[in-house]
Amino acid sequence: MSTSVSVAYDKARADGRAALVGYLPAGFPTVEGGIDALTTMVDAGCDIIEIGLPYSDPVMDGPTIQAAAQQALDGGIRTTDVLRTVEAVAATGVPTLIMTYWNPVERYGVDRFAQDLYDAGGAGLITPDLTPDFAPEWITAADARDLDKVFLVAPSSTDERIAMTTAACRGFVYATAVMGVTGARDATSDLAGPLVARTKAAIEVSAPGLPVGVGLGVSNGAQAAEVASYADGVIVGSAFVRALLDHPGDADAGRRALTALTEDLARGVRA
Amino acid sequence: MTQGFEADVHGWYGGAGSFGGRFMPEALIAALDELEVAWQKSMVDPTFVHEFEGLLQNYAGVPSMLYEAHRLSDHSGARILLKREDLNHTGAHKIRNVLGQALLTKRMGKTRVIAETGAGQHGVASATAAAYLGLDCTVYMGEVDTERQALNVARMQLLGAEVVSVKSGSRTLKDAINEALRDWVASVDHTAYLFGTAAGPHPFPSLVMSFVRGIGDEARRQCLELTGGLPDAIAACVGGGSNAIGLFAGFLEDPEVAIYGFEAGGDGVDTGRHAATIFAGSVGVLHGSRTYVLQDDDGQTVESHSISAGLDYPGVGPQHAALAASGRATYLPVTDTAAMDAMALLARTEGIIPAIESAHAIAGALEVAKERQGETILINLSGRGDKDMGTALDYFGLGTAGATTRETK
Ligand SMILES: Cc1ncc(COP(=O)(O)O)c(C=O)c1O
Repeated sequence: MSTSVSVAYDKARADGRAALVGYLPAGFPTVEGGIDALTTMVDAGCDIIEIGLPYSDPVMDGPTIQAAAQQALDGGIRTTDVLRTVEAVAATGVPTLIMTYWNPVERYGVDRFAQDLYDAGGAGLITPDLTPDFAPEWITAADARDLDKVFLVAPSSTDERIAMTTAACRGFVYATAVMGVTGARDATSDLAGPLVARTKAAIEVSAPGLPVGVGLGVSNGAQAAEVASYADGVIVGSAFVRALLDHPGDADAGRRALTALTEDLARGVRA
Repeated sequence: MTQGFEADVHGWYGGAGSFGGRFMPEALIAALDELEVAWQKSMVDPTFVHEFEGLLQNYAGVPSMLYEAHRLSDHSGARILLKREDLNHTGAHKIRNVLGQALLTKRMGKTRVIAETGAGQHGVASATAAAYLGLDCTVYMGEVDTERQALNVARMQLLGAEVVSVKSGSRTLKDAINEALRDWVASVDHTAYLFGTAAGPHPFPSLVMSFVRGIGDEARRQCLELTGGLPDAIAACVGGGSNAIGLFAGFLEDPEVAIYGFEAGGDGVDTGRHAATIFAGSVGVLHGSRTYVLQDDDGQTVESHSISAGLDYPGVGPQHAALAASGRATYLPVTDTAAMDAMALLARTEGIIPAIESAHAIAGALEVAKERQGETILINLSGRGDKDMGTALDYFGLGTAGATTRETK
């Protein structure tokens, strides 16, 4: 059974708050260690989980996520391990997406990937280097199974492209609110507000009710609170990776760091 | 000239969904659209075309000559003609592409360029164009390549460019491209990405072909003048594919001309240590386009290997993927050893030291010549070997002068 992220967004909306979306790449630090880390994040308050599929050429990722993905690749992670991770995390009942560069999906077979993701209980895909105009195969495969299709919008997107993208999304729209690669940032972005406003305007027309999640390098509760004031979801990746990178070889310390960070962020989205 | 080989509006070669396209982060789509519009406008703007052609002639030394290699012809049994791109300013075909893209940068009102480089030739060409046109320039280069092409690092620095040594992944060309793309997402409002080969997302393959196709258009004309006919076969080395598509573009609609692309066979294709992407790879998506890729069963890019930094790339331009699929061109591997032998052979028969990349084309063409005795084979000599003297020194054990003078009686 596959649960759309919209379930989690609806619940957060009913609580009058934003949803907390947590990311880690699969296989980091190991496949089992990664599952443990992700379920820790679920237990501590993440509403939605994004599992990164480690890829050899991650052009949208900064040094932190690159380092984690490289560790997973060095450990020999396979696509099937990523699907196994999805299965374990989705079993907690929290909607679970895969975030992946396109080539591994194409290589696995788009339809086969969609089916195996569905069978694992995955909600859908976030595709950072696949835009809807180049995604006919994925859109067909996802629609056949009611999987979430999360495409990205950026500050540089034209209004036409935002309209095209939001119309193709299912689950939520991912607003990358800084021009740059992934990575924790001290300051929040002044590009985020206007981008979310433009995206919401497009949603009004094409897909009423579709949530907007914002990723811009949030790393603490105060930043999460600020983003939560204008977005439906707060996406956090590099900060979670950092929490684990800072405790190499010490699973307990890593778990405690993840829990503390998640709780701080969860308070933020409720502020 | 022939305009039949074109991408559709989405950048597909060989039909929608086949090769090419634009698999890119949304954040970069606006910049790619901007580039596409600027390029299309410029190519039909006589002022731009005049400026570009003027720069090629007066600054880059184009048209490069078509040279009849008599001694190599005697050696091979075929009539060998060399398109002397090695004589261009900065020493390779790359200057054509870069001057075109740098002029576009000016037109778009951007003040900074970034580039990736493998052998360093594209980096040097970019640094050169940036110096000439007053643009800031940052070049990304894999750490492995900065070591084997140290001379080119120095040239770029002397030209005022910042060279960034890339330490991620395999620390070669593909990782330099990754890092340049990461820079570009963060700097796209004032920075243009001078892509160094006929690969990447639409419109780069088409745009690069339009700037380098002078190689083939000139060669076709020069060959007709020199021999009274077209060559029987043409040959080029294929890294990302810019010098090759530049040559091929002039002959695609001459079905009587056989077309050969030579990829880096490294230690031999069966060893797994090579960069023969079309010959031994499979269809995938890398750096923004669907093409042949060296990849494992999970779609992870596999590291390529070649003695030549400029061919050491696990992808290839989508135009070549389409030409291979349609059978119009044939792509074959050439090993490190064969290329180095050809480097020495050309040096000793013609007094021309080729780039190791170009030596792959020479070696491949010599193989082809065995089946084409008496025929005319036109080879693109894409660059000169100055940058490769370090590699040659190690490979051939050169550099130590004889200790004693010869007895005279
Ligand atoms: C002299 C020379 N030839 C060929 C190449 C390979 O590139 P392409 O396949 O784009 O021509 C390079 C790349 O650096 C080069 O320097």
